[in-house]
Amino acid sequence: MKMKFATAVAAAMSLAAPAMADLVIPNLSYRTGPFAAGGIPYADGFNDYFTLLNERDGGIGGEKVQVPECETAYNTEKGVECYEATKGLGALVYNPLSTGITYQLIPKVSQDGITLYTPGYGRTSAANGAIFEWVFNYPANYWDGASVAVKYLLEQNGGDLKGKKIALLYHNSAYGKEPIRTLESLAAKHGYELTQMPIDTPGQEQKSQWLQVRREKPDYVIFWGWGVMNQVAIQEAVNIKFPMENFIGVWWSGSENDVLPAGDGANGYKSLAMHGTGMDYPVYADMQKYVVDAGKASGAGDQVGSVLYSRGMYAAMVISEAVRKAQELAGTSAVNAAQVRDGFEALEITEERMAEIGLPNFGQPFAASCTDHGGPGAAMIQQWDAAAKEWNLVTGFIAPDDEVLDPLVAEDSAAFAAENKITPRCN
Amino acid sequence: MPEQLLYAMEVTLNGLMAGVMYSLVALGFVLIFKASGIFNYAQGVLALFAALTLVGLQNGQIPFAHLINAALGTNLHSFGWKLPVLVAIALTALVMVGLAILIEKLVLKHLVNQAPIILFMATIGLAYFLEGLGDVMWGADIKKLDVGLPQGISETVESVTDSIFGYGFFIDNLDIVATVVAVLLVASLTIFSQYSKQGRALRAVADDHQAALSVGISLRFIWVLVWSIAGFVALVAGIMWGTKSGVQFSLSLIALKALPVLMLGGFTSIPGAIVGGLIIGVGEKLFEFSVGPMIGGATENWFAYMLALIFLVFRPQGLFGEKIIERV
Repeated sequence: MKMKFATAVAAAMSLAAPAMADLVIPNLSYRTGPFAAGGIPYADGFNDYFTLLNERDGGIGGEKVQVPECETAYNTEKGVECYEATKGLGALVYNPLSTGITYQLIPKVSQDGITLYTPGYGRTSAANGAIFEWVFNYPANYWDGASVAVKYLLEQNGGDLKGKKIALLYHNSAYGKEPIRTLESLAAKHGYELTQMPIDTPGQEQKSQWLQVRREKPDYVIFWGWGVMNQVAIQEAVNIKFPMENFIGVWWSGSENDVLPAGDGANGYKSLAMHGTGMDYPVYADMQKYVVDAGKASGAGDQVGSVLYSRGMYAAMVISEAVRKAQELAGTSAVNAAQVRDGFEALEITEERMAEIGLPNFGQPFAASCTDHGGPGAAMIQQWDAAAKEWNLVTGFIAPDDEVLDPLVAEDSAAFAAENKITPRCN
Repeated sequence: MPEQLLYAMEVTLNGLMAGVMYSLVALGFVLIFKASGIFNYAQGVLALFAALTLVGLQNGQIPFAHLINAALGTNLHSFGWKLPVLVAIALTALVMVGLAILIEKLVLKHLVNQAPIILFMATIGLAYFLEGLGDVMWGADIKKLDVGLPQGISETVESVTDSIFGYGFFIDNLDIVATVVAVLLVASLTIFSQYSKQGRALRAVADDHQAALSVGISLRFIWVLVWSIAGFVALVAGIMWGTKSGVQFSLSLIALKALPVLMLGGFTSIPGAIVGGLIIGVGEKLFEFSVGPMIGGATENWFAYMLALIFLVFRPQGLFGEKIIERV
């Protein structure tokens, strides 16, 4: 009996654990809980891209990719548990899609020697590779986003924001507070008046904040929300008849989920976009053939092409390119975590490469380096067309104001280094 | 009239309306606690489950479609019909009655005479189960709930207040509807409990289980009845909150807004749930308006609990709760 039990356990474990030669890239996802609606499409896009590589190309450099999924429910403690539970599988890189989890994992990955990749979220100053050896957040981070939003408003106002009133409506958390310093510094530079309006999580009740918007009549509202906060904010903006074209969300407040519940009222709402949108990219033909039609799509398979699906897919694509680079540098396909980190640091994604992958003009080209883990930080502006139920890009990539951002990144990362007794590298 | 005073009046009115929305959730807690002494942790999830079911039925969505498709290799999603709103609401109410029967048969029946903490723990389990069931049945995507309720600024209120004060107040049409519905709901519940046979039985059980049993009242029937009513109240709350934000899994968190209302109004009083909601709504909105800007804002969540705790110092049973004296 004992023998049978041991055999059963061994069989179960052999199914659960990836084969030793596989590349293991855990997916710390959230398909349950209050933030599931955002977590599901992202997780599906992430999984499907690796499925595509496995099915079409036989993996990366001939090595199959295993993507063990662990449910975090967007809960920081559960996220850390997921990390601890999966790192022993030979994890090469983590992408937890949560700023809270990212903050907890930074010291852990640095200790364990595993790359943490946080595109468009996480700790902004991790862009400084001299301090944050194991963390990468290219192609853009929160401060880039805030700066791009202000640059766009400058363009809209003939280069002058003096006397304009901008309200920042934000998720009252580490995530939501990220753009404050940037927007304050930019206010000092451009002369606009900044009003801060925090909203407590989850954000189902925002009447106070929107009454304040109605009273103070800001010219623009910049919005840093996530989850139900997004849908409620857009509905409340419609309710008070705030001009939607003057309401700009960060890229985490710009998915179909956020605007559809408000119906026609959401027409004209804008958000930042760090990648293209829609299904007009050649990669989707392969995705349909090798993944969706083959019945291998992640989840219900109904998220393909949505904004957050595209973002998950984009993150997976960057990771796969970093692994490819690591294989090239190491001269072996079976790379380890340290070699993958080197791949991330030496990664260069050109427009030609993006076109080869089937994503022409989808994301900005970038080249990482020892000091630059943050990329160029450019983003576009997309606008919601409620009648057609689609996002349309209304600008090309707008570069952030590095003159303001670089000193902020240097200051914040230096403080982290001093606190954690880290000697800057890359000298 | 000074501008700040007008703003304060507008904030107060909106606070009253928000309070009504909180009360709608709190009512479900009160009904179950009053009749059975159970603090129903699953009340927020009941509202979510009811709203999910309503949208699913209305849109002709096939329940468990994802599972069916995975098991049979099909590609089913919809029955292809759109049910009229009232029919969908009636069917959802029936589903909530069915759920109440199942809860009584599968959970509560087996826990008769157990300590309240055991029953409370059972409702925690129920909350997790229902949340998972809702996910598997209807999917976790955000669903637009459209039962024809108006949303957006009330032009009438705006123009009337503008003509009186020279400043048009903002009141959301949805909040006005919620207020009317809450008044009707409380009136119906009061009439039901005062004048119907079942209502009197419910009150008898609430007063004394043993005495009610001794005169032949079926405790099991009363539990089914009260969970059905709480399910209907959850449906109403789910419709109001779901219209506001779309139906999504964070809807279950509206229970957090009901807790301070219950602490303040008392766990056993229907009027207490209403008055408590109004006090919390007005209190948190006025505090955010007057003090919030000085201390960084986002005060509403914690202020509601602080206000409830202050009341508890003076009236531990809440404003309208029953004073329970236990002698050693």
